[in-house]
Amino acid sequence: MSNIGSYEDRYKSFDWKLSEQELEYGKNGQYNIGYYCSDRICEKGLGSKPALIWEGFTGEVKKYTYEDIRAYSNTTAKFLQDQGIKPGDRVCLFMDKIPELYICFLGILKMGGIAQPLFSAFGEESLITRLDDAKTKAVLTTRKHAGKVRRIRKDLPELATIIIVDADDKPLNAGEAAFAMEKLPRVEKFDIVKVEPETASVLHYTSGTTGKPKGAQHVHNSLVAQYITSKWVLDLKPEDIYWCTADPGWVTGTSYGIIGPWANGVTQVVLDAGFSAQNWYAFIERMKVTMWYSAPTAIRMLMKEGVEAVKKHNLSSLRHLCSVGEPLNAEAVIWSEKAFGKPFYDTFWQTETGAMMICNYPGMKVKPGSMGKPFPGITATVVNPKTFEPVDKPGTVGLIAFRPGWPSMMRAYWNNKETYDGKFKNGWYLSGDRSSIDADGYYWFVGRDDDVINTAGHLVGPFEIESALLEHPAVAESAAVGKPDPLNMEVVKAFIALKPGFEPSSDLEMDIMNFIRKKLSPLAMPQEIEFMASMPKTRSGKIMRRMLRAKEWGEEIGDISTLEND
Amino acid sequence: MSDEIKKMIIEYVKKEYLDEDSDQEIKEDTKLISSGIVDSFSMVSLKTYLEKKFSIKLPDEDATPEAFDSVNNIIELIRKFGAKV
Repeated sequence: MSNIGSYEDRYKSFDWKLSEQELEYGKNGQYNIGYYCSDRICEKGLGSKPALIWEGFTGEVKKYTYEDIRAYSNTTAKFLQDQGIKPGDRVCLFMDKIPELYICFLGILKMGGIAQPLFSAFGEESLITRLDDAKTKAVLTTRKHAGKVRRIRKDLPELATIIIVDADDKPLNAGEAAFAMEKLPRVEKFDIVKVEPETASVLHYTSGTTGKPKGAQHVHNSLVAQYITSKWVLDLKPEDIYWCTADPGWVTGTSYGIIGPWANGVTQVVLDAGFSAQNWYAFIERMKVTMWYSAPTAIRMLMKEGVEAVKKHNLSSLRHLCSVGEPLNAEAVIWSEKAFGKPFYDTFWQTETGAMMICNYPGMKVKPGSMGKPFPGITATVVNPKTFEPVDKPGTVGLIAFRPGWPSMMRAYWNNKETYDGKFKNGWYLSGDRSSIDADGYYWFVGRDDDVINTAGHLVGPFEIESALLEHPAVAESAAVGKPDPLNMEVVKAFIALKPGFEPSSDLEMDIMNFIRKKLSPLAMPQEIEFMASMPKTRSGKIMRRMLRAKEWGEEIGDISTLEND
Repeated sequence: MSDEIKKMIIEYVKKEYLDEDSDQEIKEDTKLISSGIVDSFSMVSLKTYLEKKFSIKLPDEDATPEAFDSVNNIIELIRKFGAKV
């Protein structure tokens, strides 16, 4: 029997209070996520239960009980306080998927800080944009990534401390501190900062079509949604061994790679190694993973290796599979049934929503290729893009919209009220994604409503790429668009007009690709570059990015009446 | 010849994929993909580099994470597709 039972019954009678009651939310005036993910589980007598089993790429394994993560997050919280970090300060986590990433996240919350996780593959430009915007006070990182932070530090006057978690005996610079989480005396008792449900907790940056990335600011109250969605959609049960393959540098990795499973008292496993089908299957077999939350790109990469690769391993422990990040194509759902004997259940949500919104549920019929139905407590619809009124006919494509007020909804874009306010029209939060709803109430994803590129489940802003391209000495003008890709859904393609004196060449193409990869991130690196004599522009001189995108997708180019003669 | 090629690929990986302050050593059997030195997206630029350097075409289905997971594996892969190493 699944945790959710009957989806229809749950949807009809749902109240978020149910989640609050299960969590004993607010008991003793406590609302801090850090408490609910560690201390509370220990208080329930589960302190000796494994909370995290981590495996590195060399095969090294580290195990942490709930008592361990409780004490180590206390140790982190106290260390940060001793460094002068105050409640409300932004503390960045910039490291690979090592145990400190998961445990320090709770430590930051426990001392009242705002956790700001950033993807460790970010280059200096991506990093400085986000740290400068958030006026980040401290960065927790490793020796491997410290160089990038050190090189931009002079431009970050608010950054008080760089904390190296694996410094060992290596010399540090002024304004740096070493934090060896497991070598310091364990802090058994820590006075967790009493926060309100509406106190800021996590800041996740996400890209838009224009302007700099926006910091989606969440609050401790998000726990109420993250807990119950983990329980009902991921179907987490006490005996589960749960593997979320997402990196906590992105929202899935925090909402469902830290908060959801630990608030449910579940054992989770983490593999800190690059992708390889054989390694993943071997990991599932070795760890006896029962619940697996992954992404369509990874599933399609597994499909490439075929069912034969699956059959080399005993994966009988798997009982439930879910997917997130981009639409899960019907072929992948069908393949999954063949390969694992069960389908991947697609889930849809965003950085801004903080928790799952439209999902497929255990026990509810899966229509392969569909996003599923709204989570109980979520009022969803598809609105007309001009009137913002819900569409009335099944199959009509419009914008996916949600009635504001669910517990994990972002409360602000950091320092960007105008953009935040622009996300709400006619009483609806507009997701920026398009879909239709069929006669049975299932949602069917169509695409983005803007130029943001969804590559392997990560949103990349074209403006960021174009700005960085202009810093390359050979680039005069550029446009970055998403190009269809069978594996990643979209990859970045750049159109470039060169400055006088530069000629297109394969070496220059390579140089520009690597320039962006290092400056922004591997995700933002154009996988293809097309050199053009000049860029198509409107009469007002604006590059017509949408026209270039339409060409890549084989779509109608639309009205080009304002196009400058080329 | 093979040693020179190995050295050249190692130098390229160090220059392009390691942080400039990194003291990490790269050897011919160092894990590149599974260690996270080169991620699946960056594999594209490494593949492009190899194709251009050795004037070969590496089919997508053969350009797997395993095939790129060490300099030794890469040598084997490019040799299979006609590189004179």
